[in-house]
Amino acid sequence: MLSFFIRRLGQSVLVMLAVALLAFSMFRFVGDPVTNMLSQDASVEEREQLRENLGLNDPLLVQFSTFVSNVVQGDFGISYRNQRAVSELIAERMPATLELVAVAFVISLLVGLPMGVYSALKPNSWLSHLFQTISLVGISLPTFVTGILLILTFSVTLNWLPAFGRGDVVELGWWSTGLLTVSGLKSLILPGIMLGLFQVTLIMRLVRAEMLEVLRTDYIRFARARGLSNRAVNFGHALKNTLMPVITIIGLQLGAMIAFAIITETVFQWPGMGFLFIQAVNFVDIPVMSAYLILVSLIFVVINMIVDMMYYLLDPRLRADRASANSH
Amino acid sequence: MQRLMTFADDWHRFLDSDIFYSFRRSRITMVAAVVTLFLILAALFAPWIAPHDPFDVATLDLMNSELPPLWMEGGDPRFLLGTDSQGRDVFSSILYGLRVSLVVGFAGVLVAMVIGVGMGLLSGFMGGLTDAIIMRIADMILSFPAILVALLINGIALSFLSQEAMHESAIYVLVLAIALTSWVQYARTVRSSTMVEKSKEYVQAAQVIGLPPMLIMIRHVLPNVLGPVLVIATINLGLAVLTEAMLSFLGVGMPPTEPSLGTLIRIGNEFLFSGIWWVVIFPSITLALLVLAVNLLGDWLRDALNPKLR
Repeated sequence: MLSFFIRRLGQSVLVMLAVALLAFSMFRFVGDPVTNMLSQDASVEEREQLRENLGLNDPLLVQFSTFVSNVVQGDFGISYRNQRAVSELIAERMPATLELVAVAFVISLLVGLPMGVYSALKPNSWLSHLFQTISLVGISLPTFVTGILLILTFSVTLNWLPAFGRGDVVELGWWSTGLLTVSGLKSLILPGIMLGLFQVTLIMRLVRAEMLEVLRTDYIRFARARGLSNRAVNFGHALKNTLMPVITIIGLQLGAMIAFAIITETVFQWPGMGFLFIQAVNFVDIPVMSAYLILVSLIFVVINMIVDMMYYLLDPRLRADRASANSH
Repeated sequence: MQRLMTFADDWHRFLDSDIFYSFRRSRITMVAAVVTLFLILAALFAPWIAPHDPFDVATLDLMNSELPPLWMEGGDPRFLLGTDSQGRDVFSSILYGLRVSLVVGFAGVLVAMVIGVGMGLLSGFMGGLTDAIIMRIADMILSFPAILVALLINGIALSFLSQEAMHESAIYVLVLAIALTSWVQYARTVRSSTMVEKSKEYVQAAQVIGLPPMLIMIRHVLPNVLGPVLVIATINLGLAVLTEAMLSFLGVGMPPTEPSLGTLIRIGNEFLFSGIWWVVIFPSITLALLVLAVNLLGDWLRDALNPKLR
């Protein structure tokens, strides 16, 4: 068991190293970092000085290991565009993104779970068919189109909710939160719905499929034979066993939501990490780009790893397959 | 005449087939097929259907700017769906945008298919280290959301090219970004079916008579592993169109000089608050319709041809 954990950890470290190598080569080989950092009229000595300071004259392997050790210590360099430490920029923007994702996550659970359970318990009712249709439309409708429609309806036409920005925020130490003010909460509603909507579809389909599967099993039939009430069978036995795989997949989706927040943040001009990243792409601000990449990859890799290890701990049936699947 | 006969024969065989039967049974699939065909034809014949050329600056007249659609008060019979802030006909822009979106989508799927099938063949046929390297790269790409990988590729291309060069080559960068994010699925499928084919007698026979591996792969194995690939391609077309639209919407895709539907939505989005909603709504509806129809077709094809892929 320990060997599985160690192997899994090693894999994750390898992936992160590959991502770091990618980020490093972006910084090192795309354009000349010295030209990007200095103004047009810098002298040759200044250039050489900076080149030396950045360690660009060292062997590549040394440069890469310096890069990695800097990154591990949270030093991502200086942004080309606004000459500030990238780590600072990201720390500033992170609360906005995480709050948005959290709200979207809660929305998607509160809506998707009941929808899925209902359409599994009553697969032939008209409401279930309606849910199925909605979920198909939800998967096909581009998220930015949903966002634009939301803005047009609730901001432009009805004028109920704000269409951009975070509203008023309260500083709690380094964390700025929009959850404590009325305007902050109001600003979270539309982007939260937009980001959550795609997940609603996914959760609904997943819960429905899993639950239909569980409802067919023998222990459910026995529970019914024992004369348990419908409620006890459906929620006490079926739902409980449905949730295990659902929770893991939803956990994996958390990382995807952070990435998809890029689109939501662009539509609502939400001052989060994704918006920062898009601006960085447009201005070829490579330190910001590579920092965002490394950070999001890290979130992904860590979530993946935790899910794998949880599986291993919680479901003994998977151990044999997992071990052989990882050994080749 | 002879050829016409065999064609008619084939046609009747097709009408009798299981696939066509399941097609006729599903009304929603038929609607989706009609919508898809309609949109593809509209894009194909855009220069003849479109009442205006939205890129011919000479025909633009600022006097015509921000006109509402025909059926609203102040609508102009020349502009069916109204005009944007520069007097461009929204209907014509959509037709041309549809063209760009579909071209990028089809090209993206095609390139992804070529890369994926190639990698899958290589991986499955060679095995060993080649297989391990290709599959680990595939795993890595698959563990990140497509939009992030595509953005990254776009960002790297942007930093290599100047702004003008980027505008000219945007379409190639987009196709490449879409292809590099979606080849994995093809590669995995082809790899597993190649591994099955590899142990069959005809491949061993080809090896015994001394054919080079490259030739065996392409001439003998490839035709036998291609079936599921076409299904995946259909399913991925909707996804490719969607990815293109997202990137263009984020401002890293097609430039405003050669807009796709995504670019049109991005441009329209800037005028969201000035009340000219038709500039953003109609391209959005077109995009949603296209993706929905293609997805429905793909879903149906998957179920009809290969229930195992579900």
